Amino acid sequence: MAQLKGWREIPIGGVILEGGNAVEYKTGGWRAFRPVFGQAQCIHCFQCWLFCPDSSILVDAENEKMVGFDLEHCKGCGICASVCPVNAKVIRQAGEELKRDDPRLCIRMIEEGKAE
Amino acid sequence: MSKYEALTGDQAVATAMRQINPDVVAAYPITPQTETVEFFAEYVANGEVTTDFICVESEHSAMSACVGASAAGARVMTATSSQGLALMWEIVYIAASYRCPIVMSLVNRALSGPINIHCDHSDVMGVRDSGWIILFSENNQEAYDNVIQAVRIAEHPDVLLPVMVCQDGFITSHAMERVEVYDDADVKAFVGTYQPKQSLLDVDNPMTYGALHFYDYYYESKRQQAEAMEKARRVVLEVADEFNRKFGRNYGLFEAYRLDDADVAVVVANSTAGTAKVVVDSLRAQGLKVGLLKPRVFRPFPAKELAVALRHLKAVAVMDRSIAFGYLNNAGPLFIELTAALALHGVHIPVADYIFGLGGRDIKPSEIESVYRDLLRVAETGRVERLVTYLSVRE
Repeated sequence: MAQLKGWREIPIGGVILEGGNAVEYKTGGWRAFRPVFGQAQCIHCFQCWLFCPDSSILVDAENEKMVGFDLEHCKGCGICASVCPVNAKVIRQAGEELKRDDPRLCIRMIEEGKAE
Repeated sequence: MSKYEALTGDQAVATAMRQINPDVVAAYPITPQTETVEFFAEYVANGEVTTDFICVESEHSAMSACVGASAAGARVMTATSSQGLALMWEIVYIAASYRCPIVMSLVNRALSGPINIHCDHSDVMGVRDSGWIILFSENNQEAYDNVIQAVRIAEHPDVLLPVMVCQDGFITSHAMERVEVYDDADVKAFVGTYQPKQSLLDVDNPMTYGALHFYDYYYESKRQQAEAMEKARRVVLEVADEFNRKFGRNYGLFEAYRLDDADVAVVVANSTAGTAKVVVDSLRAQGLKVGLLKPRVFRPFPAKELAVALRHLKAVAVMDRSIAFGYLNNAGPLFIELTAALALHGVHIPVADYIFGLGGRDIKPSEIESVYRDLLRVAETGRVERLVTYLSVRE
């Protein structure tokens, strides 16, 4: 973490005097569930990228590929997993409740601190 | 050239607002402040001011709009009373912490319940730790003068804090008095043009207002606010000095009335100080050495100066127009602060508290005289027999 400033050094009124610095605020520590990416199933539709409220879906723009998550900022809300059309289409038995960490999912949510 | 006009307290404030011509006024009607905003709306309709006048749906919205406009770099004013201030409460704190130099006329009225529309000071005392600078006004002239000075105090680069100018609901807000109204051009020259250091609308320099401050920066932000309040002590007096030189009226942290050679004194704010002066004069005519101290600047609280001004006395009575429930024998806030100030500065004289005038209960000169009579007895014995007295309450 950067050196914290003293009260004489910070701008008056708690304003932030430059734009685009939310990236410096690492919010990944808030996460209770971590998204895990099953690359093999991904159809690179970018629905997760579109819906992520925190710009935490990493993409390779040149090759138009979804490549993973920015875990320094991802808060683990799981919206990516819920909008993923591959997740929606995972074949399941009638009435079967699919767990969030089911290995068949393209984007799975794993409890933070637990291994994949 | 200044001229004398017959104005109510509300009208005097509206007149100051017309002369100041703020960029934005956002307000919601509430008795007994309503007249101020009604008069001001007329000035807007007549084109006498160029203010953007925002009619909002509540006081919470009024103060929110004020904060937004102030963050955008506007000179902002508003007015409220009692429940209006209570509904604003959340944003009142935010205005101070964002360092928005908003000027608000607070026409003091009792807080519900029971519901009441008349004067006491429970509304202002509820926000005394909100980070606003708080000025009291004895009469219409002082309300007018304080509003003009408030703009300069609030916008001073060392301060940048909102200022609340108090006067007594109905007693001065709706009473017509002779007020010296200064020349428009002189008032405009005195308040000058607000030059905000930064503006939310400055698209070339984007910035964020209202960002989250956790345990890492919230504390530093508050420390900085405390510093601004400290600096306001000097600025309030500097502005008063300049005001005096320009308009010939002398304001300080408080007014000492026949206090220098007094044996005993009453400390009371706002309109009741005017009544007390009459009592002081009549008792002085009887050869009794009584005086009065009328606080003007309540925040920042001039603890040391008050202790110095009162230390020669044999007894002091504080008159509080609100109750700090549960403190000592349910004393008043002014008493709490004044006794702490005296103790801190080594002044050990008997002090008693008198609660009065709640919900607009009339306070008569004879009742104030009874306080002085009590004080003269205390001065003889050196002992306060009753710490807190509820004046003129029916048993």
